[in-house]
Amino acid sequence: MNEPVLELVDVVKTFGKGSTEVRALNGVDLDIAAAEFVAIMGPSGCGKSTLLHLAGGLEDVSSGRVRVAGRDLSDLGLVERAALRRTDIGFVFQRLNLLPSLTALENVALPLELEGMGRREAASRSVDALAAVGLTEQLSRYPDDFSGGQQQRIAIARAIVVERALILADEPTGALDTMTGDSVIELLSTLPGRFGTAVVLVTHEPRFASWADRVVFMRDGVVVDQTASTVPVSAAGAVT
Amino acid sequence: MAVREGLLALLHEGPRHGYQLKTEFEAATGGVWPLNVGQVYTTLDRLERDGLVGVADSDGQKIYSITIDGVSALGAWWEAAPADEPPPRDELMLKVLMAIERSTERGDAHALSVITHQRTVLHSMLQSKRRARSTEATSLAARLVTDALVVRAEADLRWLDLCESQLNGTTTRKARS
Ligand SMILES: Nc1ncnc2c1ncn2[C@@H]1O[C@H](COP(=O)(O)OP(=O)(O)OP(=O)(O)O)[C@@H](O)[C@H]1O
Ligand SMILES: [Mg+2]
Repeated sequence: MNEPVLELVDVVKTFGKGSTEVRALNGVDLDIAAAEFVAIMGPSGCGKSTLLHLAGGLEDVSSGRVRVAGRDLSDLGLVERAALRRTDIGFVFQRLNLLPSLTALENVALPLELEGMGRREAASRSVDALAAVGLTEQLSRYPDDFSGGQQQRIAIARAIVVERALILADEPTGALDTMTGDSVIELLSTLPGRFGTAVVLVTHEPRFASWADRVVFMRDGVVVDQTASTVPVSAAGAVT
Repeated sequence: MAVREGLLALLHEGPRHGYQLKTEFEAATGGVWPLNVGQVYTTLDRLERDGLVGVADSDGQKIYSITIDGVSALGAWWEAAPADEPPPRDELMLKVLMAIERSTERGDAHALSVITHQRTVLHSMLQSKRRARSTEATSLAARLVTDALVVRAEADLRWLDLCESQLNGTTTRKARS
Protein backbone atom coordinates (compact mmCIF):
# COMPACT_ATOMS: atom_id res chain seq x y z
CA MET A 1 0.00 0.00 0.00
CA ASN A 2 1.53 3.30 -1.04
CA GLU A 3 0.10 5.86 1.32
CA PRO A 4 0.87 9.48 0.46
CA VAL A 5 3.59 11.08 2.54
CA LEU A 6 1.70 14.33 2.56
CA GLU A 7 -2.04 14.63 2.24
CA LEU A 8 -4.01 17.87 2.26
CA VAL A 9 -7.79 17.57 2.29
CA ASP A 10 -9.94 20.64 1.66
CA VAL A 11 -7.49 22.83 3.53
CA VAL A 12 -8.56 26.37 4.31
CA LYS A 13 -6.31 28.91 6.00
CA THR A 14 -7.40 32.39 6.94
CA PHE A 15 -5.43 35.16 8.60
CA GLY A 16 -7.07 37.98 10.52
CA LYS A 17 -10.76 38.47 11.20
CA GLY A 18 -13.77 40.29 9.85
CA SER A 19 -13.10 42.93 7.22
CA THR A 20 -9.32 42.33 7.36
CA GLU A 21 -9.63 38.56 6.88
CA VAL A 22 -7.30 37.09 4.26
CA ARG A 23 -8.08 33.68 2.82
CA ALA A 24 -4.59 32.41 2.00
CA LEU A 25 -5.83 28.91 1.15
CA ASN A 26 -9.35 28.28 -0.01
CA GLY A 27 -9.86 24.52 -0.16
CA VAL A 28 -6.65 22.81 -1.25
CA ASP A 29 -6.56 19.08 -1.98
CA LEU A 30 -3.13 17.66 -2.63
CA ASP A 31 -1.39 14.29 -2.25
CA ILE A 32 2.35 13.85 -2.41
CA ALA A 33 3.56 10.29 -2.89
CA ALA A 34 6.60 8.76 -1.21
CA ALA A 35 9.76 9.67 -3.14
CA GLU A 36 7.89 12.08 -5.35
CA PHE A 37 9.40 15.42 -6.37
CA VAL A 38 6.68 18.03 -6.76
CA ALA A 39 7.08 21.68 -7.72
CA ILE A 40 4.49 24.28 -6.71
CA MET A 41 4.14 27.41 -8.80
CA GLY A 42 1.83 30.39 -8.86
CA PRO A 43 1.75 34.15 -8.62
CA SER A 44 2.89 35.99 -5.53
CA GLY A 45 0.39 35.78 -2.72
CA CYS A 46 -1.44 32.70 -4.07
CA GLY A 47 -0.64 30.75 -0.91
CA LYS A 48 2.43 28.63 -1.72
CA SER A 49 4.39 29.45 1.42
CA THR A 50 1.26 29.12 3.54
CA LEU A 51 0.77 25.63 2.12
CA LEU A 52 4.34 24.64 3.05
CA HIS A 53 3.96 26.07 6.55
CA LEU A 54 0.80 24.03 7.12
CA ALA A 55 2.38 20.92 5.64
CA GLY A 56 5.35 21.36 7.94
CA GLY A 57 3.16 21.85 11.00
CA LEU A 58 4.50 25.37 11.52
CA GLU A 59 0.95 26.69 11.51
CA ASP A 60 -2.55 25.33 12.05
CA VAL A 61 -5.24 24.91 9.41
CA SER A 62 -8.44 26.92 9.79
CA SER A 63 -10.34 23.91 8.46
CA GLY A 64 -9.56 20.74 6.56
CA ARG A 65 -6.90 18.14 7.30
CA VAL A 66 -3.15 17.80 6.89
CA ARG A 67 -1.62 14.34 7.21
CA VAL A 68 2.11 13.75 7.22
CA ALA A 69 3.46 10.20 7.12
CA GLY A 70 -0.02 8.94 7.99
CA ARG A 71 -0.50 11.17 11.03
CA ASP A 72 -3.11 13.91 11.21
CA LEU A 73 -1.35 17.05 12.42
CA SER A 74 -4.47 18.29 14.21
CA ASP A 75 -4.37 15.19 16.41
CA LEU A 76 -0.89 15.99 17.64
CA GLY A 77 0.01 18.18 20.57
CA LEU A 78 2.71 20.80 20.29
CA VAL A 79 5.40 18.51 21.61
CA GLU A 80 4.47 15.62 19.32
CA ARG A 81 4.31 17.96 16.39
CA ALA A 82 7.74 19.38 17.14
CA ALA A 83 9.03 15.81 17.31
CA LEU A 84 7.44 14.96 13.96
CA ARG A 85 9.07 18.04 12.46
CA ARG A 86 12.47 16.98 13.75
CA THR A 87 12.23 13.40 12.58
CA ASP A 88 10.10 13.46 9.43
CA ILE A 89 10.18 16.89 7.87
CA GLY A 90 13.12 18.93 6.62
CA PHE A 91 12.93 22.58 5.62
CA VAL A 92 15.04 24.54 3.17
CA PHE A 93 14.22 28.23 2.86
CA GLN A 94 15.40 30.93 0.50
CA ARG A 95 17.96 32.28 2.97
CA LEU A 96 19.00 32.20 6.60
CA ASN A 97 18.72 28.45 6.89
CA LEU A 98 21.82 28.11 9.00
CA LEU A 99 22.82 29.32 12.42
CA PRO A 100 25.67 31.77 11.84
CA SER A 101 27.34 30.98 15.15
CA LEU A 102 27.75 27.26 14.33
CA THR A 103 30.15 25.78 11.77
CA ALA A 104 28.81 23.98 8.69
CA LEU A 105 29.40 20.65 10.38
CA GLU A 106 27.74 21.73 13.62
CA ASN A 107 24.74 23.09 11.73
CA VAL A 108 24.21 19.72 10.07
CA ALA A 109 24.82 17.80 13.31
CA LEU A 110 22.35 19.90 15.28
CA PRO A 111 19.19 17.86 14.55
CA LEU A 112 21.03 14.67 15.49
CA GLU A 113 22.30 16.09 18.76
CA LEU A 114 18.79 17.33 19.56
CA GLU A 115 17.71 13.72 19.15
CA GLY A 116 20.26 12.80 21.80
CA MET A 117 22.88 11.29 19.54
CA GLY A 118 26.47 11.41 20.80
CA ARG A 119 28.71 14.14 19.45
CA ARG A 120 31.13 11.82 17.71
CA GLU A 121 28.52 9.80 15.85
CA ALA A 122 26.56 12.93 14.98
CA ALA A 123 29.71 14.46 13.49
CA SER A 124 30.52 11.39 11.44
CA ARG A 125 26.97 11.17 10.08
CA SER A 126 27.07 14.87 9.26
CA VAL A 127 30.30 14.46 7.32
CA ASP A 128 28.52 11.78 5.24
CA ALA A 129 25.50 14.02 4.64
CA LEU A 130 27.74 16.89 3.57
CA ALA A 131 29.61 14.57 1.23
CA ALA A 132 26.26 13.49 -0.24
CA VAL A 133 25.61 17.10 -1.27
CA GLY A 134 29.12 17.50 -2.64
CA LEU A 135 30.83 19.26 0.27
CA THR A 136 33.92 17.57 1.63
CA GLU A 137 36.34 20.32 2.55
CA GLN A 138 36.78 22.87 5.31
CA LEU A 139 33.60 21.87 7.06
CA SER A 140 34.50 23.79 10.19
CA ARG A 141 34.09 27.11 8.46
CA TYR A 142 31.11 29.26 9.44
CA PRO A 143 28.14 29.67 7.04
CA ASP A 144 29.18 33.21 6.03
CA ASP A 145 32.40 31.82 4.60
CA PHE A 146 30.50 29.64 2.11
CA SER A 147 28.94 30.83 -1.14
CA GLY A 148 25.15 31.09 -1.40
CA GLY A 149 24.95 27.83 -3.36
CA GLN A 150 27.15 26.04 -0.83
CA GLN A 151 25.03 27.37 2.04
CA GLN A 152 21.95 25.86 0.38
CA ARG A 153 23.82 22.56 0.05
CA ILE A 154 24.61 22.67 3.77
CA ALA A 155 20.91 23.31 4.47
CA ILE A 156 20.01 20.32 2.30
CA ALA A 157 22.60 18.19 4.11
CA ARG A 158 20.94 19.16 7.38
CA ALA A 159 17.57 18.17 5.94
CA ILE A 160 18.79 14.72 4.90
CA VAL A 161 21.07 13.92 7.84
CA VAL A 162 18.02 12.46 9.55
CA GLU A 163 16.12 10.07 7.26
CA ARG A 164 13.10 12.18 6.55
CA ALA A 165 9.96 11.37 4.63
CA LEU A 166 9.48 14.89 3.38
CA ILE A 167 11.57 17.90 2.49
CA LEU A 168 9.84 21.24 2.04
CA ALA A 169 11.81 23.83 0.10
CA ASP A 170 10.51 27.39 -0.26
CA GLU A 171 12.33 29.18 -3.11
CA PRO A 172 15.69 27.69 -2.15
CA THR A 173 17.21 29.21 -5.28
CA GLY A 174 15.79 32.68 -4.70
CA ALA A 175 19.18 34.16 -3.91
CA LEU A 176 21.22 32.17 -6.44
CA ASP A 177 22.27 32.69 -10.06
CA THR A 178 20.89 30.38 -12.74
CA MET A 179 23.76 27.90 -12.92
CA THR A 180 24.10 27.62 -9.14
CA GLY A 181 20.33 27.37 -8.82
CA ASP A 182 20.28 24.60 -11.41
CA SER A 183 22.84 22.60 -9.46
CA VAL A 184 20.93 23.00 -6.18
CA ILE A 185 17.68 21.86 -7.80
CA GLU A 186 19.45 19.02 -9.56
CA LEU A 187 20.71 17.95 -6.13
CA LEU A 188 17.17 18.15 -4.67
CA SER A 189 15.90 16.08 -7.60
CA THR A 190 18.25 13.24 -6.67
CA LEU A 191 16.99 12.95 -3.07
CA PRO A 192 13.88 10.88 -3.85
CA GLY A 193 15.94 8.27 -5.72
CA ARG A 194 18.78 8.16 -3.19
CA PHE A 195 16.94 8.45 0.11
CA GLY A 196 13.27 7.84 -0.70
CA THR A 197 12.48 11.36 0.47
CA ALA A 198 9.57 13.24 -1.08
CA VAL A 199 10.46 16.81 -2.02
CA VAL A 200 8.06 19.73 -2.35
CA LEU A 201 9.66 22.71 -4.02
CA VAL A 202 8.11 26.17 -4.27
CA THR A 203 9.62 28.14 -7.13
CA HIS A 204 8.86 30.97 -9.53
CA GLU A 205 11.26 29.61 -12.16
CA PRO A 206 9.98 27.21 -14.83
CA ARG A 207 13.50 25.88 -15.40
CA PHE A 208 13.72 24.73 -11.78
CA ALA A 209 10.18 23.34 -11.79
CA SER A 210 11.10 21.28 -14.84
CA TRP A 211 13.24 18.98 -12.66
CA ALA A 212 10.13 17.88 -10.77
CA ASP A 213 8.04 14.76 -11.39
CA ARG A 214 4.94 16.91 -11.26
CA VAL A 215 4.24 20.64 -11.35
CA VAL A 216 1.22 21.94 -9.40
CA PHE A 217 -0.19 25.36 -10.25
CA MET A 218 -1.92 27.52 -7.66
CA ARG A 219 -3.91 30.69 -7.92
CA ASP A 220 -5.86 32.60 -5.27
CA GLY A 221 -5.51 29.91 -2.65
CA VAL A 222 -6.51 26.92 -4.76
CA VAL A 223 -4.82 24.38 -7.03
CA VAL A 224 -5.89 25.20 -10.59
CA ASP A 225 -3.97 22.65 -12.64
CA GLN A 226 -1.03 20.25 -12.64
CA THR A 227 1.15 18.27 -15.01
CA ALA A 228 0.90 14.48 -15.04
CA SER A 229 3.29 12.90 -12.53
CA THR A 230 6.19 10.92 -13.89
CA VAL A 231 7.34 9.32 -10.66
CA PRO A 232 9.74 6.56 -11.63
CA VAL A 233 8.16 3.30 -10.53
CA SER A 234 11.40 2.10 -8.94
CA ALA A 235 11.77 5.20 -6.78
CA ALA A 236 8.13 5.16 -5.67
CA GLY A 237 8.37 1.44 -4.90
CA ALA A 238 11.62 1.79 -2.96
CA VAL A 239 9.89 3.17 0.10
CA THR A 240 7.01 1.81 2.11
CA MET B 1 17.54 30.40 -43.68
CA ALA B 2 21.09 30.35 -42.41
CA VAL B 3 22.02 26.93 -43.83
CA ARG B 4 24.11 28.69 -46.50
CA GLU B 5 26.18 30.45 -43.91
CA GLY B 6 26.41 27.34 -41.78
CA LEU B 7 27.94 25.47 -44.70
CA LEU B 8 30.29 28.38 -45.41
CA ALA B 9 31.42 28.33 -41.78
CA LEU B 10 32.30 24.64 -42.08
CA LEU B 11 34.09 25.18 -45.40
CA HIS B 12 36.10 27.96 -43.79
CA GLU B 13 37.78 25.20 -41.76
CA GLY B 14 38.91 23.50 -44.97
CA PRO B 15 37.59 21.81 -48.15
CA ARG B 16 34.92 19.17 -47.67
CA HIS B 17 32.67 16.74 -49.53
CA GLY B 18 28.92 17.26 -49.64
CA TYR B 19 27.98 14.35 -47.35
CA GLN B 20 30.70 15.40 -44.94
CA LEU B 21 29.12 18.87 -44.73
CA LYS B 22 25.77 17.31 -43.94
CA THR B 23 27.21 15.20 -41.10
CA GLU B 24 29.25 18.03 -39.61
CA PHE B 25 26.37 20.51 -39.84
CA GLU B 26 24.09 18.13 -37.94
CA ALA B 27 26.70 17.39 -35.28
CA ALA B 28 27.42 21.08 -34.75
CA THR B 29 23.74 21.82 -34.25
CA GLY B 30 23.23 19.07 -31.71
CA GLY B 31 21.06 16.96 -34.01
CA VAL B 32 18.09 19.34 -33.97
CA TRP B 33 18.68 20.68 -37.47
CA PRO B 34 18.63 17.74 -39.86
CA LEU B 35 19.54 18.40 -43.51
CA ASN B 36 18.78 16.15 -46.42
CA VAL B 37 21.54 15.54 -48.91
CA GLY B 38 19.54 17.16 -51.69
CA GLN B 39 19.25 20.35 -49.69
CA VAL B 40 23.00 20.37 -49.09
CA TYR B 41 23.79 20.02 -52.80
CA THR B 42 21.21 22.62 -53.89
CA THR B 43 22.67 25.06 -51.38
CA LEU B 44 26.22 24.29 -52.56
CA ASP B 45 25.14 24.85 -56.19
CA ARG B 46 23.78 28.26 -55.29
CA LEU B 47 26.88 29.14 -53.30
CA GLU B 48 28.96 28.14 -56.33
CA ARG B 49 26.75 30.17 -58.66
CA ASP B 50 27.21 33.21 -56.37
CA GLY B 51 30.97 32.72 -56.37
CA LEU B 52 31.21 32.01 -52.64
CA VAL B 53 32.31 28.40 -53.07
CA GLY B 54 34.59 26.66 -55.58
CA VAL B 55 34.35 23.02 -56.69
CA ALA B 56 37.16 20.65 -57.58
CA ASP B 57 37.23 16.98 -58.52
CA SER B 58 38.91 14.57 -56.16
CA ASP B 59 38.87 10.85 -57.03
CA GLY B 60 35.65 11.34 -58.97
CA GLN B 61 33.97 13.10 -56.05
CA LYS B 62 33.23 16.78 -55.82
CA ILE B 63 35.12 18.62 -53.13
CA TYR B 64 34.04 22.10 -52.11
CA SER B 65 36.11 24.98 -50.78
CA ILE B 66 35.36 28.55 -49.74
CA THR B 67 36.40 31.45 -52.01
CA ILE B 68 37.68 34.90 -51.01
CA ASP B 69 34.17 36.28 -51.58
CA GLY B 70 32.82 33.43 -49.47
CA VAL B 71 35.14 34.40 -46.63
CA SER B 72 33.92 37.99 -46.67
CA ALA B 73 30.25 36.93 -46.92
CA LEU B 74 30.83 34.73 -43.87
CA GLY B 75 32.55 37.60 -42.07
CA ALA B 76 29.54 39.82 -42.70
CA TRP B 77 27.22 37.09 -41.44
CA TRP B 78 29.01 36.69 -38.08
CA GLU B 79 28.44 40.41 -37.53
CA ALA B 80 24.91 40.85 -38.92
CA ALA B 81 21.89 40.87 -36.60
CA PRO B 82 20.13 37.48 -36.67
CA ALA B 83 17.26 37.56 -39.13
CA ASP B 84 15.26 34.77 -37.55
CA GLU B 85 11.92 33.71 -38.80
CA PRO B 86 9.26 33.93 -36.09
CA PRO B 87 9.55 30.93 -33.76
CA PRO B 88 7.05 28.18 -34.64
CA ARG B 89 5.41 28.42 -31.25
CA ASP B 90 4.02 31.78 -32.23
CA GLU B 91 0.96 29.65 -32.66
CA LEU B 92 0.82 30.11 -28.90
CA MET B 93 0.53 33.85 -29.32
CA LEU B 94 -2.24 33.45 -31.88
CA LYS B 95 -4.08 30.99 -29.66
CA VAL B 96 -4.01 33.27 -26.64
CA LEU B 97 -4.88 36.43 -28.55
CA MET B 98 -7.82 34.67 -30.23
CA ALA B 99 -9.00 33.31 -26.89
CA ILE B 100 -8.82 36.78 -25.38
CA GLU B 101 -10.77 38.13 -28.33
CA ARG B 102 -13.45 35.53 -27.77
CA SER B 103 -13.59 36.12 -24.02
CA THR B 104 -13.93 39.84 -24.54
CA GLU B 105 -16.83 39.23 -26.93
CA ARG B 106 -18.64 36.77 -24.72
CA GLY B 107 -17.47 37.87 -21.29
CA ASP B 108 -16.43 34.29 -20.45
CA ALA B 109 -13.34 32.77 -18.85
CA HIS B 110 -12.21 30.96 -22.00
CA ALA B 111 -8.99 32.99 -22.24
CA LEU B 112 -7.97 32.20 -18.66
CA SER B 113 -8.59 28.51 -19.13
CA VAL B 114 -6.63 28.48 -22.39
CA ILE B 115 -3.72 30.23 -20.64
CA THR B 116 -3.88 27.81 -17.71
CA HIS B 117 -3.92 24.83 -20.02
CA GLN B 118 -1.15 26.08 -22.31
CA ARG B 119 1.01 26.76 -19.27
CA THR B 120 0.59 23.16 -18.15
CA VAL B 121 1.37 21.91 -21.66
CA LEU B 122 4.56 23.99 -21.83
CA HIS B 123 5.63 22.79 -18.41
CA SER B 124 5.11 19.17 -19.41
CA MET B 125 7.26 19.83 -22.45
CA LEU B 126 9.96 21.40 -20.29
CA GLN B 127 9.88 18.40 -17.98
CA SER B 128 10.38 16.00 -20.87
CA LYS B 129 13.25 18.09 -22.23
CA ARG B 130 14.86 18.03 -18.82
CA ARG B 131 14.43 14.29 -18.56
CA ALA B 132 15.83 13.70 -22.02
CA ARG B 133 18.79 15.86 -21.16
CA SER B 134 19.57 14.20 -17.87
CA THR B 135 19.28 10.64 -19.18
CA GLU B 136 21.04 10.84 -22.54
CA ALA B 137 24.79 11.22 -22.75
CA THR B 138 24.87 14.26 -24.94
CA SER B 139 27.30 16.43 -26.81
CA LEU B 140 27.99 20.02 -25.81
CA ALA B 141 26.04 21.18 -28.88
CA ALA B 142 23.01 19.08 -27.92
CA ARG B 143 23.10 20.39 -24.37
CA LEU B 144 23.29 23.98 -25.53
CA VAL B 145 20.39 23.40 -27.92
CA THR B 146 18.32 21.99 -25.03
CA ASP B 147 19.22 25.04 -22.97
CA ALA B 148 18.01 27.27 -25.81
CA LEU B 149 14.69 25.41 -25.93
CA VAL B 150 14.30 25.60 -22.16
CA VAL B 151 15.05 29.32 -22.13
CA ARG B 152 12.55 29.94 -24.95
CA ALA B 153 9.87 27.96 -23.16
CA GLU B 154 10.61 30.06 -20.09
CA ALA B 155 10.03 33.19 -22.16
CA ASP B 156 6.70 31.81 -23.40
CA LEU B 157 5.69 30.95 -19.85
CA ARG B 158 6.63 34.38 -18.61
CA TRP B 159 4.53 35.85 -21.40
CA LEU B 160 1.56 33.67 -20.35
CA ASP B 161 1.96 34.96 -16.78
CA LEU B 162 1.88 38.52 -18.07
CA CYS B 163 -1.21 37.79 -20.19
CA GLU B 164 -2.93 36.30 -17.19
CA SER B 165 -2.14 39.15 -14.83
CA GLN B 166 -3.15 41.76 -17.42
CA LEU B 167 -6.35 39.85 -18.05
CA ASN B 168 -7.09 39.65 -14.32
CA GLY B 169 -6.36 43.38 -14.10
CA THR B 170 -8.89 44.23 -16.81
CA THR B 171 -11.59 41.95 -15.43
CA THR B 172 -11.27 43.34 -11.90
CA ARG B 173 -11.31 46.87 -13.26
CA LYS B 174 -14.50 46.08 -15.15
CA ALA B 175 -16.07 44.42 -12.14
CA ARG B 176 -15.39 47.48 -10.01
CA SER B 177 -16.68 50.09 -12.39
N1 LIG C 1 1.03 35.57 8.93
C1 LIG C 1 0.20 36.16 8.07
N2 LIG C 1 -0.67 37.11 8.45
C2 LIG C 1 -1.52 37.68 7.58
N3 LIG C 1 -1.58 37.37 6.27
C3 LIG C 1 -0.73 36.45 5.83
C4 LIG C 1 0.21 35.79 6.69
N4 LIG C 1 0.92 34.91 5.94
C5 LIG C 1 0.47 35.02 4.67
N5 LIG C 1 -0.53 35.94 4.59
C6 LIG C 1 -1.29 36.29 3.40
O1 LIG C 1 -1.72 35.09 2.76
C7 LIG C 1 -1.62 35.19 1.36
C8 LIG C 1 -0.73 34.08 0.83
O2 LIG C 1 0.60 34.32 1.25
P1 LIG C 1 1.81 33.36 0.91
O3 LIG C 1 3.00 33.87 1.65
O4 LIG C 1 1.41 31.95 1.16
O5 LIG C 1 1.99 33.60 -0.65
P2 LIG C 1 3.08 32.98 -1.66
O6 LIG C 1 2.34 32.26 -2.71
O7 LIG C 1 4.11 32.27 -0.88
O8 LIG C 1 3.69 34.31 -2.31
P3 LIG C 1 5.21 34.63 -2.78
O9 LIG C 1 5.36 33.97 -4.11
O10 LIG C 1 5.24 36.12 -2.88
O11 LIG C 1 6.14 34.10 -1.74
C9 LIG C 1 -1.10 36.58 1.07
O12 LIG C 1 -2.18 37.41 0.79
C10 LIG C 1 -0.43 36.98 2.37
O13 LIG C 1 -0.45 38.38 2.54
MG1 LIG D 1 6.20 32.58 -0.52
